Amino acid sequence: MSNWVKVAPFEDIPKLGARVVRTTNKDNVSIDIGVFRLEDDRILAVNNSCPHKGGPLSEGIVYGDKIACPLHSWKISLVDGKADEPDVGETACFKTKVEDGVVYLKLKS
Amino acid sequence: MQKMKLVVVGNGMAGMRTVEELLKIAPDIYDITVFGDEPYPNYNRIMLSPVLANEQTIDDIILNTREWYAEHNITLHTNARINKIDRKNRVVYAEDGTSAEYDRLLLATGSKPFMPPIPGNDLEGVLGYRDIKDTNDMIAAAKKYKHAVVVGGGLLGLEAANGLSIQGMDVTVIHRNEWLLEKQLDKTAGIMLQKSLEAKGLKFHLSTNTETIIGDENGRVKAVRFKEGFELPADLLVLAVGIRPNFALAESAGIHCDKGVVVNDTMQTFDPRVYAVGECVAHRGISYGLVAPLFEMAKVCATHLANFGIGLYKGSVTSTKLKVTGIDLFSAGDFTGDEETEEIVLHDAVGGVYKKLIIKNDKIVGGVLYGDTTDGSWYFQMLRDGKPIHEIRDHLLFGPSAIGDTGHQGQNQASLMTNEMEVCGCNGVCKGTIVKAIQDQGLFTLDDVKKQTKAGSSCGSCVGLVEQILASTLGGGYAPPSTSKAVCGCTDRNHEEVRAEIRTHKYLNIPDAMRGMGWSTPNGCATCRPALNYYLLSTWPHEAQDDPQSRFINERVHANIQKDGTYSVIPRMYGGVTTPDQLRKIADVADKYAVPMVKVTGGQRIDLLGVKKEDLVDMWADLDMPSGYAYGKSIRTVKTCVGSEFCRFGTQNSTQMGIDIEKAFDHMWAPHKVKFAVSGCPRNCAESGIKDVGIIAVDSGWEIYVGGNGGIKTEAAQFLCKVKTSDEVLEYSGAFIQVYREEARYLDRTVHWLERVGLEYVKQRMLEDAEGRKAAYERLLYSLQGSVDPWAERVNNRNKHKEFEIIEV
Repeated sequence: MSNWVKVAPFEDIPKLGARVVRTTNKDNVSIDIGVFRLEDDRILAVNNSCPHKGGPLSEGIVYGDKIACPLHSWKISLVDGKADEPDVGETACFKTKVEDGVVYLKLKS
Repeated sequence: MQKMKLVVVGNGMAGMRTVEELLKIAPDIYDITVFGDEPYPNYNRIMLSPVLANEQTIDDIILNTREWYAEHNITLHTNARINKIDRKNRVVYAEDGTSAEYDRLLLATGSKPFMPPIPGNDLEGVLGYRDIKDTNDMIAAAKKYKHAVVVGGGLLGLEAANGLSIQGMDVTVIHRNEWLLEKQLDKTAGIMLQKSLEAKGLKFHLSTNTETIIGDENGRVKAVRFKEGFELPADLLVLAVGIRPNFALAESAGIHCDKGVVVNDTMQTFDPRVYAVGECVAHRGISYGLVAPLFEMAKVCATHLANFGIGLYKGSVTSTKLKVTGIDLFSAGDFTGDEETEEIVLHDAVGGVYKKLIIKNDKIVGGVLYGDTTDGSWYFQMLRDGKPIHEIRDHLLFGPSAIGDTGHQGQNQASLMTNEMEVCGCNGVCKGTIVKAIQDQGLFTLDDVKKQTKAGSSCGSCVGLVEQILASTLGGGYAPPSTSKAVCGCTDRNHEEVRAEIRTHKYLNIPDAMRGMGWSTPNGCATCRPALNYYLLSTWPHEAQDDPQSRFINERVHANIQKDGTYSVIPRMYGGVTTPDQLRKIADVADKYAVPMVKVTGGQRIDLLGVKKEDLVDMWADLDMPSGYAYGKSIRTVKTCVGSEFCRFGTQNSTQMGIDIEKAFDHMWAPHKVKFAVSGCPRNCAESGIKDVGIIAVDSGWEIYVGGNGGIKTEAAQFLCKVKTSDEVLEYSGAFIQVYREEARYLDRTVHWLERVGLEYVKQRMLEDAEGRKAAYERLLYSLQGSVDPWAERVNNRNKHKEFEIIEV
């Protein structure tokens, strides 16, 4: 099971910026998801935790389709969640869509 | 679109480096075919000496595996020597019958050992020293035979001799010159080197010329006879008297050659479809036998192969290190000098240290270091950058002051460290890990080592050590980066060029600046964007557009991010002076928001740590105090002592001076953080000696010191001038900071900037040019005009700043 949830109006996510979505996973543990807006207005979402030391990726600098973690500058791809070489690590990705100016996020069951 | 065909002749370091550079910038425009005459994929030729010395294996030194070629769709022909180029039909032919058509051809045929025309040089057991086969032959011979003679006391000959000696052979080196390594060392250093090598068991005959090589009945070398009238037994004879560019193929194809394949500054030969790089090339009449220049050529050549048409190779200054474990020598440039040069020499024969620098017109033009090569890269960098040395001439020979370096056990000489010792205290990287990464992963630049090992990538205090390790592991392969380097991978322009263009073209926002300067990425990266943003704002105050998304998080939310994603809040307390009311307010806020820690900072302020992002704005509203800017590349704090108001030693009101400075320069962005201090007397309780601007009151006025730093590397501030009034303190220190704001590179502290431009330059701007100083001060005041407290701004415009709110679903 998975479901699309409404997040926010598209305009509330700044260009080359991000917002944090807080939700709970299946074990009822709170998790944060970073929802990012690229320069070309694509919206991408990843688990808001750097594979290195758990830094909040939403607070980093967005460039291209990557995010530079605010803690130690690991570069994480927002497309597949993988860290740039030579660093090794991965964070989970979430599907997104924009309909009628509203951003939706597909949460796993 | 059909891809063009690129054929590379030569599967060595220069050719493959060019291919790698090309793949980085234009991965899809060519079908690439590579021919190599050795049976191996590309390997690290400069690591052959460590292989011979049992420190590495052949597998360790492979740079590109066969899988790598396959992954990049490169057709690799090994064991295939090209013997014909048909330029008319654009086809190359290999000896084994293979052929390949090309649209563009890259020649990287390298060089070959020079075999002197000595009778008997074709006997079995007579070798050059160039490739894996030679190395394996030597290792095999060492297992069977006893006596080795190496002809040639140059770098290669000595490394071969050392390796053979480690393999258990009895080795004698024959050299024509009066001393060893005469191309790298002067006589004094040459003799010191000989002594150290003799202590390792090598024997030498200098000023000796080989006459003939004598064979036994099986056609194997047995002995060598010398013109000086004696003979030595030899079961193995290594001829290492030099290398010659290998340009026979190019010449046979009618490409213009003159002691090498002649190329222009774009690495193009006289046939516009044919490029050449590496040791086979003659560029401006010079052929290089070291790896650093090859890589510079590769980079330039790749940009032209990629059709970018940028990049010029203008020749290289090279430096040398000998890869013989336990021997430290370094030489660069002109180490002999002439009547127009001066020498600075330190010679401690007993201690085994010799340093000589050659100076011409206030610049280092060359030098030799023996025994202590710690500062080799530093000198070499100054040589390449042509930096004037008069300001540091009196202590130049002692190297960059290493006093106060922290985080690596006080070590400043990498060669004295064991493999287990920690080099990088931030990331916990040991020397052995760095050496292994350099060798196994084929790293050549400081940036690569930082990236792969993380050593030196955090605070940077150990970069000097990392550089030394890199230099001694690579030997001649290492070239320190020039100090004038590109801002980041998104542009070729360096910081100064970017600043100049922003001024000339009056760029007012980042997209315009990037477009105008031809950025290679759509919206830069986390390195260049903050720099550009700062340059725009500092060049065009009140006009340029601030881009919050190009600022580091701390400056975006006006608080300092902590390891767990919470923030710290430090309100402004001008001059470190507070009131009972403020303290009560801070205590109430700390209670209300359950702040986990309240701490007094090094800059005399109060820090509320562990605050959630979503609480920041409410907290600021409750505090009703201005932002302390403890998070920014900005004015931080003005630290003060109590001064003449209370202190029985105080000569001036240092507290008020501090408050005045902090108020005058509040909200000021800068290339990096800026810290001030004002002390009321020379006892200096406010630690003015280690601040960007330190002010010390004396009975007759104020002394101003600049460029101090209490951080990674403790740097004492230097005396700038003495002034009489507090207005002058504001004007002089403000003007100093403004020039720093306008001219330093982003992320330079004042000390780094001062190191580059020199105190004399600053004195000239501040002291000799009174009008210029006043104008600079005016520009600072203008740029600060009308600035507002960012905390109050957020509190008053909550709706505009949604980024502080979490979306709950």
